[in-house]
Amino acid sequence: MRPPVLEVIGLTVEFATDRGPLRAVDGVSFRVGAGETLAVVGESGCGKSVTSLAIMGLLPPGTRLGGAVRLLGEELLGQPGRAWQGRRGRDLAMIFQEPMTSLNPAFTAGEQVAEALRLHEGLAPRAAMDRAVEMLARVRIPEAARRARQYPHQLSGGMRQRVMIAMALACRPRLLIADEPTTALDVTVQAQILALLDELKRETGTAVVLITHDLGVVADHADRVAVMYAGRIAETAPADTLFARPEHPYTVGLLGAVPAIEGGAGRLASIEGTVPDLRRPPPGCRFAPRCPFAGRDCEAQPPLAEVGAGHAAACWRAPLDRMLAA
Amino acid sequence: MTALLELAEVARHFPVRDALGRARGAVRAVDGVSLAVPPGSVLAIVGESGCGKSTLGRLALRLIEPDAGAIRFLGEDLRALSPRALRARRRDMQMIFQDPFASLDPRMTVEDAIAEPLRLHRIVPRGGERARVAELLERVGLRPEAARRWPHEFSGGQRQRIAIARALASGPKLVIGDEPVSALDVSVQAQVVNLLRDLIRDLGLTFVLISHDLGVVRHIADRVAVMYLGRIVEEGPAAEVFADPRHPYTRALLAAVPGMGAKAVPIEGDPPSPIAPPPGCRFHPRCPHAEALCRAEAPPLAGGAHAAACHLQSRLPPPPVLRGPDRGGERLRRLQSFFGAPAPQPETTGINA
Ligand SMILES: Nc1ncnc2c1ncn2[C@@H]1O[C@H](COP(=O)(O)OP(=O)(O)OP(=O)(O)O)[C@@H](O)[C@H]1O
Ligand SMILES: Nc1ncnc2c1ncn2[C@@H]1O[C@H](COP(=O)(O)OP(=O)(O)O)[C@@H](O)[C@H]1O
Ligand code: SF4
Ligand code: SF4
Ligand SMILES: [Mg+2]
Ligand SMILES: [Mg+2]
Repeated sequence: MRPPVLEVIGLTVEFATDRGPLRAVDGVSFRVGAGETLAVVGESGCGKSVTSLAIMGLLPPGTRLGGAVRLLGEELLGQPGRAWQGRRGRDLAMIFQEPMTSLNPAFTAGEQVAEALRLHEGLAPRAAMDRAVEMLARVRIPEAARRARQYPHQLSGGMRQRVMIAMALACRPRLLIADEPTTALDVTVQAQILALLDELKRETGTAVVLITHDLGVVADHADRVAVMYAGRIAETAPADTLFARPEHPYTVGLLGAVPAIEGGAGRLASIEGTVPDLRRPPPGCRFAPRCPFAGRDCEAQPPLAEVGAGHAAACWRAPLDRMLAA
Repeated sequence: MTALLELAEVARHFPVRDALGRARGAVRAVDGVSLAVPPGSVLAIVGESGCGKSTLGRLALRLIEPDAGAIRFLGEDLRALSPRALRARRRDMQMIFQDPFASLDPRMTVEDAIAEPLRLHRIVPRGGERARVAELLERVGLRPEAARRWPHEFSGGQRQRIAIARALASGPKLVIGDEPVSALDVSVQAQVVNLLRDLIRDLGLTFVLISHDLGVVRHIADRVAVMYLGRIVEEGPAAEVFADPRHPYTRALLAAVPGMGAKAVPIEGDPPSPIAPPPGCRFHPRCPHAEALCRAEAPPLAGGAHAAACHLQSRLPPPPVLRGPDRGGERLRRLQSFFGAPAPQPETTGINA
């Protein structure tokens, strides 16, 4: 097997807060290969963004990190900030939910893409600007040359996200982390942006970590999925398998809780209660307080164990068919 | 049957000013909308950001004034009511907003927040408030002890339940929910969607659901109105609009919903500016079927109980066949029944067929 582009092994992230330590990510492992899209899916606060910031080396100083993050076989955790900086943009790039926070309002769209090219590819200013306009056209910004001279506030949300993608992909990174890249956009624009990301990925072979809370997006755009719950991976599988044979009770509930347009007008499955406070997580399985299958044994933490080809679930009851036989 | 709520050719424009305060045209936020909501029904208003959904909702309750058109509640023109009569009417018309953090006053306990409309409209005799608040809390799935606590002590989903209890306190006939579940996470959203369904059924509420989420709409609404740039482009029974969308924009919206194996090519472009909407059919710059007529003349909303505003309505190709992913079949349905979902027979719609 080829070495994966990204390998995350037992990642833990702990913040010091005034109400005690908060372990936002607790033993997360996954790998992503070239040209592959791994979706990380879960509800807000489950640790998706913290995981991606850890990979990018963008967590605030003082954050306690454990485990390993390997990019193309090279360990990144524990490296000095300068080492990350060189990597970001060139090997690693990230796009965020709200492009306004990562675009500089004082520079035009073209200048920002050109800057990335000058920094990482060493292009001369003129050549960088030409390439920038080319990139903007590639992410299908109409009238790219004119738009390149506009400032972020003059662009629609969809166009700003395209500029972000152009910036992120300008230097053909090996790994792209897209954290809820379309959550702030309308569905028709979301569909355009996700189709564009798929197409660019096919052309460049970039490995993509697509962070989302939307299972529909996962179904359409991911090769593999990791479902996170309260800082841990509950289940991981090829995307098709996850939808056809989910083996973690949380995944089962989540799939039933999504109101689907083809579902007709019925009641939804509902996972009672709310996600646990990560400062005082329940012992053992973190889903236990909301799980209809929970028992005494769930007070011990279930390992993420193989249940099928490339399919693992962190549940004492998996495979769940046993629950149906009873 | 008379409609509980009826809008006739309602319009509201907002002036756009430049940096010096000079008028520079107007945003035609709602631009000639007619709708009738029968009592006990749920109408959803869908469409993308900025198409005028919230403005329409606020107009319907006369929280803002229309520039033109009539708004009738139980046959009575809301515009003709005196401020005092309107205040009395408010008891029958309530609104739930997207952001449960913003819509509750942080300085009021839950009890005070829910009791306020009771006092305002003198609904229960003095001293009877506490019992009514407890009853309302129970209705929305909260414990009576919640009454003594403060909004910040609750999660987003619980706050939305409190906001719902407050909206129901005066015993309204009509409730308008403006993206009432959009800020909630999937698992909590499902709880609140189920709650809304139950309340609508048990209390016989008439409900207008403003939402950009077509999945949520599918689960709650009887009828759907699709808006584009201030106008309704399609309106009809929910099952029909989803199975047999008659307007190209509705089709584009449905095709863009992720999770339908959307390998369909998404429509191009952003919605145009509502300051200078395109002439003729407002959808024509993005419409794959546009013809010369579409650029010249605005199509009327036509077709009766399932109407669309499209010149080519009768000549459009059949809607594209979309198929949802295999949701795990019978095995998954049986597992989900442990989460309180009925194991339903999958309903076949034209979208699946
Ligand atoms: N008070 C106002 N002054 C000026 N323009 C306004 C005002 N309220 C709304 N608009 C404009 O009217 C249009 C419709 O706005 P509205 O809030 O009704 O949209 P919406 O469909 O609810 O969108 P969203 O899905 O984003 O909530 C938008 O272009 C908006 O910017
Ligand atoms: N800088 C920080 N300091 C303290 N806690 C944080 C910080 N960043 C994130 N958290 C907490 O970590 C948890 C996971 O957050 P996040 O990864 O942002 O969730 P999401 O899955 O929604 O992206 C949350 O409980 C969040 O409040
Ligand atoms: S380990 Fe126990 S509590 Fe956790 S998901 Fe499995 S059955 Fe439920
Ligand atoms: S009227 Fe013409 S442009 Fe408008 S939706 Fe119909 S076909 Fe498209
Ligand atoms: Mg996040
Ligand atoms: Mg709105």
